[in-house]
Amino acid sequence: MNEGLLPIIPGEAIPLSKIPHLHFYDFYNEVLAQMEDGAKVVQYFAFNDPVVDRKQLLLVLRKAGMGNRLLLALAYATNEYLAFSVHHKKFHLFERELYETEGIRPIGHPSLHPVRKQIELYPFYCIHGHEVHEVGVGPVHAGVIEPGHFRFSAVGERVHLLEIQLGYQHRGVEQLLLKSATSAWPMIIEGIAGDSAVSNALCWVQAMEALANISVSRELKIVRTLAVELERLSNHVGDLGALSNDVAFLPAAAYFGRMRGEFLNLLLLLSGNRFGKGLLVPGALRFELSSESADLIRAKIDEITPEIKSVGKLLFTTPSVQSRFERIGVLQVEQAQELGVVGITARASGIDYDVRVDYPRESYSELNLPIRTQKGGDVWGRAMVRFEEILDSLGAIKTLLGMLGRIESSFLQPSHSNAFANAFAPSSVIVTLNEGWRGELSHAAVTDGAGKIIRYKIKDPSFHNWNALAQVMRESEISDFPLCNKSFNLSYCGFDL
Amino acid sequence: MYKVLLNRYQQGQRTSKFPKEEIILPAIYRGRPQLSALEQLGETKKSTDECIKSCPFSALALDGKERPSLNLDMGKCVFCGECEKNSGGELVRFTNDFKMGADQRDKLIVTSASSTHSKKSTHGDSTNGNELNDFLQARSRELKKMFSRSLQLRQVSAGGCNACEADINVLNTPFFDLARFGIQIVASPRHADGLLVTGPVSKNMKEALLKSYHAVPAPKMVIAVGSCAIAGGPFHASDEVLGGVMQLLPVDLFIPGCPPHPLTTLFAILNYFGIL
Repeated sequence: MNEGLLPIIPGEAIPLSKIPHLHFYDFYNEVLAQMEDGAKVVQYFAFNDPVVDRKQLLLVLRKAGMGNRLLLALAYATNEYLAFSVHHKKFHLFERELYETEGIRPIGHPSLHPVRKQIELYPFYCIHGHEVHEVGVGPVHAGVIEPGHFRFSAVGERVHLLEIQLGYQHRGVEQLLLKSATSAWPMIIEGIAGDSAVSNALCWVQAMEALANISVSRELKIVRTLAVELERLSNHVGDLGALSNDVAFLPAAAYFGRMRGEFLNLLLLLSGNRFGKGLLVPGALRFELSSESADLIRAKIDEITPEIKSVGKLLFTTPSVQSRFERIGVLQVEQAQELGVVGITARASGIDYDVRVDYPRESYSELNLPIRTQKGGDVWGRAMVRFEEILDSLGAIKTLLGMLGRIESSFLQPSHSNAFANAFAPSSVIVTLNEGWRGELSHAAVTDGAGKIIRYKIKDPSFHNWNALAQVMRESEISDFPLCNKSFNLSYCGFDL
Repeated sequence: MYKVLLNRYQQGQRTSKFPKEEIILPAIYRGRPQLSALEQLGETKKSTDECIKSCPFSALALDGKERPSLNLDMGKCVFCGECEKNSGGELVRFTNDFKMGADQRDKLIVTSASSTHSKKSTHGDSTNGNELNDFLQARSRELKKMFSRSLQLRQVSAGGCNACEADINVLNTPFFDLARFGIQIVASPRHADGLLVTGPVSKNMKEALLKSYHAVPAPKMVIAVGSCAIAGGPFHASDEVLGGVMQLLPVDLFIPGCPPHPLTTLFAILNYFGIL
């Protein structure tokens, strides 16, 4: 059945020699068969294979019914091929990226527009007609948010088409990593997306640990899980506040906005930084979680839980909020499946996928978290999934602190340099997968014969989800865009890299 | 309606009394770095060199030949604390003091001779009475006269990681309540008195940033928020970024941090205008 595709466990290094190197024709047919069988794309990129000295395509798929296994495929790259996107929209951006970075042309791709480079030459779609007008928004927006350009083709208030042009935040992270000293890696990784600094750092340290064969203690896993959940809380709570603000329900906006800060302050207690920057290094924590800090976190969670419940109740029972949240920005489950969306967006459309449950790492297998789904796929659904996940995470933090028991400081490793003492496994591939607060976040690394990293690939969950935002705006009103956008709250910098 | 009122009552008053009352941040917070004087420590050359090398972004340097002193450039620093770890806190120590910010780039350099070098940076540094300094002081006086009681800022995000933007947004929450000082973030550069720029200025944002700057009516000011905006931060070595706002625009106020704590940003702006 899985001829040529290797089942792998995320977070385990695989020697390149153990992966069947497929000829493109076999790869192509096998991938199409898997996609017909309901597979989703996790990673798809190219690298120069040091073993065979040729450009290779690396594809990682996930599929229901595979347990905690992903499917990994390697194929010799061709200069052009019939685009997977013709049949499967899930490949849309992956193939655009591949064309832009490697020059591999996917023939028949519906829109090979720039992803991150040469965006000043971006060829926008243009709808002609007497009453069609275009509205361009960005890159500089009205609020304090990241840059991106949204081009609406509309008749009156009704949007026919939204095209989203990104790339303004492009800092060349993947290339920069390869030419930087290892001591600079943590800060660059944490700078991929500041609101997901801990999740990105977690993906990275898991990859480094697997490559360097570093074992990780249970306590360390607990503290990392704690940090990821605090990050999720701060962002989910902040998003509920921002959604309240966008429907002009200011009491909840003010309260949630303030409570978001409380969680950032807890991350500061863990790491000395409000976004958890500087906490994680491979195999260690850089700062001790003192029992006083643990007690402070516990006390704050106890204090804030009833407040969140009370403001949440206020938000979700207010008729003016209900009328603005419901049936706005609907992503039907079929659309969600077709586009391969992940995270909150997928769960709000009824797809029960959560990396914490489906591919549990760190302490998640001990937490037994439920997958929170909604049916509507609307703003309400995305807000409600967040709210329910907030309550779950608050509970999870209490459980984690209980599991931690007496705080051992033996797993502390103060300096970055110690963490890179072990050599990396040569000629290997590592794929890591974690549920950041937006959804499935994945990092992949390839090493050469000397154990040097020759390709580092980062995939933010937003990479799957931006197209979904463009889709839900079709036949909606332009004035609903800020609300829809906020309900997705996708990353610009995580996408632009 | 009653629910709203009840909730309002339960939430109570949350706005901080800062700057009238001091706020003490937890000791783990990495704020203003403090450097030890080398001669007092009797540090060996080797351990000092190792500490300097431990900085991934070359923010540390030795200065002065006869009496060598250690310098830390808060503009290049991303406050990772690696130098503190390396020297066991002996050479460099990050204090929980969030009060940072300077009106000139070189005032961000902390030396082991006097770690309070850049405090109260707006006035009083008239020892170096050259023309440039006179000009900067005159400019600073004018900006202060114009904007100290009402300042409208347009934020432009130019290629960062969104952490700076997130902690600027926080200034509008009830705890910090930026508006009580007459400072507002506005939706259009044409309504603004200046730009609040974050990020290392990606090549793709260069044009948009320039256009935003030109859309602000003069006199106008530029505030660079965060390590990226000051000197490129973690991304300074990338070919895709310019490496800081100064590469493109004149900057009137630098606010260090990765990202700066909201209190740092608040302090720096208030301090610049002498509102403290």
